[in-house]
Amino acid sequence: MLKGLVHQVKIIWTQIVSLWLVFLHLFHKADTVEYPEVKPHTFPRWRGRIILTRDPDGEERCVACNLCAVACPVDCIALQKTEDEDGRWYPEFFRINFSRCIMCGFCEEACPTHAIQLTPDFEMAEYVRQDMVWEKEHMLIDGTGKYHDYNFYRVAGKAIGGKDKGEARNELPPTDRRSLLP
Amino acid sequence: MFSLQVGSLLNVALILGTVLVSAALLIWVERRFLGFFNDRLGPNRVGPFGILQSVADVIKLITKEDWTPPFADKLTFVVAPIIIPIVMLLSFAMIPFAPDVGIIDMNIGLLFVMAMAGLASYSAMLGGLASNNKFSLLGGLRAAGQMISYEVFMGISILGVVILSDSFSLRGIVEAQADGWYVIPQFIGFIVFMVAALAESHRWPFDLPEGEAEIISGFNTEYSGMKFGLFFVGEYIGMLLMACLIPVLFFGGWHAPFGLGFGNPIVSGLFWMAVKVGAFVIFFILVRAALARPRYDQLMSYGWLVMLPLSLINLLITGAIVLSQGS
Amino acid sequence: MSVLFYGNAIIAILATLMVITRTNIVHALLYFIVSLLAIAVIFYTLGAPFAAALEVIVYAGAIMVMFLFVVMMLNLGQVTEDQEKAWLVPSIWVGPTILAIPLLAEVLYAINVQQEEMAHTVVGAKEVGAALFGPYVLAVELASMLLLAGLVGAYHLARK
Repeated sequence: MLKGLVHQVKIIWTQIVSLWLVFLHLFHKADTVEYPEVKPHTFPRWRGRIILTRDPDGEERCVACNLCAVACPVDCIALQKTEDEDGRWYPEFFRINFSRCIMCGFCEEACPTHAIQLTPDFEMAEYVRQDMVWEKEHMLIDGTGKYHDYNFYRVAGKAIGGKDKGEARNELPPTDRRSLLP
Repeated sequence: MFSLQVGSLLNVALILGTVLVSAALLIWVERRFLGFFNDRLGPNRVGPFGILQSVADVIKLITKEDWTPPFADKLTFVVAPIIIPIVMLLSFAMIPFAPDVGIIDMNIGLLFVMAMAGLASYSAMLGGLASNNKFSLLGGLRAAGQMISYEVFMGISILGVVILSDSFSLRGIVEAQADGWYVIPQFIGFIVFMVAALAESHRWPFDLPEGEAEIISGFNTEYSGMKFGLFFVGEYIGMLLMACLIPVLFFGGWHAPFGLGFGNPIVSGLFWMAVKVGAFVIFFILVRAALARPRYDQLMSYGWLVMLPLSLINLLITGAIVLSQGS
Repeated sequence: MSVLFYGNAIIAILATLMVITRTNIVHALLYFIVSLLAIAVIFYTLGAPFAAALEVIVYAGAIMVMFLFVVMMLNLGQVTEDQEKAWLVPSIWVGPTILAIPLLAEVLYAINVQQEEMAHTVVGAKEVGAALFGPYVLAVELASMLLLAGLVGAYHLARK
């Protein structure tokens, strides 16, 4: 009997405490912002609109390896590889269907050349669904995005115009395996 | 006819208009305060401070398709949402807002309000039954059980007030509180009445008839457009009614606290009544923001095993004291 | 006052007729509630406001809700409606009608003979209470014993 009474009093006391604590929130500052007038602060690593970046030399970073398209869980990326006369790979077209994209950032993690990157911009609503499909020219920017001095071809062994085999950074000249000379 | 006295046409028009406008405004007030309690801002776009939000809501509800499901029981489906606003508005006829401000002063005013509260439960029940939908039926069943149970304690908890004031008339009860509010001698009655009032107007945390997480929206699952709007408005008028009844029964109605009355007794009375009603409206919103919904068996056992004995003990003690003092 | 009385009496009678003839039980209950409300207003016009309020609170507000509660649990559909329709044939009505005719005759006689104004002493809550706990205290105690027996029985049935 007494134990039950104490239990009841405890129950009522906890309710009163929660009422009081919630009442105090009346005098707190709101955590939300008035969106269209005040933009919320988004951090540099915020996962928003997808861009394609260029390397420090101003060339396209994307080498059309298709890893992003494979990693994409909703299959919204479509691209096709082509080569220029120097042997550099680049995408012939690069298409992202943003009506499917879930901004998961897996493509950015999969990319070996830091070409595809997510930005803190999220205002991408369109009135026409077709406008949600973005092509390479819509996404390609002139800068390097988040990684300023990375250039895939400078560290990769592939020979392109102006850089032969063995000329990349931290790369030894090619060895002649048939020779015994040191 | 147009003078300011109980039952004059001016009074009727003013009270009806004020109640309807403030019930509509209450939707905005509630959402705004819920926002503040949740560290949000709440609706603040339509009009200054978002005060016209209710207008926008009404326009939206009216322009929606007024749909009756083909499997529903047509007559009952249409009648159900009409009951609750009518019944709640009828109850306002009994509320004394200030000296000479009120619609009727009936000698069974309190019983009339109780009767109307009892009829209000039909709205949820018939709505749930007529929708011919499992979830609606469950909501209707819950509403019926909850409202019948809590009506009992509501009735018993106000009997202490009736004993003290020797009157069923709400105006008489307020006048009897001129030299001391009943919240002090009737504190248990006040607590029981407030819990029962929350359950009776099925507001949070006792919104089990609508329990979204379990039964979609309960008895009004199949309702849309203005039929749903009637349920909605009826619920808010009910909340306003409960927020008016508590000051009238326990907090001295229009009497000013600590002798803070000023000037014209009607103006002062209206002011203090409005302050008290507003305080209880905000308290109801606070309860909605703070407390979690109980399980249905907890609700029932709490009612019958805690509230009923409490209210009976309160009634017994009040009666004993009044008897021993009276003769 | 008498216009109010006769108007409500007609509403009550019509609603009760509808209660009997409805095959859909929910509609019948709706008409029953209307009938009870009309009778409550009649009580009020006859000077018994307390009885009127109790009529609404107890009958319309609680007992009918219980009826509706049971109806909700029973899952009545088109089948029961057809059954009701099959039962409601004129041959069933004959017996009750014959029994009701003397009642109607008595009421008509009473109305025709008693032409003087209806008694108008207002019986408020206080008078009802005084009567219940004064001359009729034995009846109240008997009724409470009966209710207690019902309560114990319900508790016993619901224990399992």
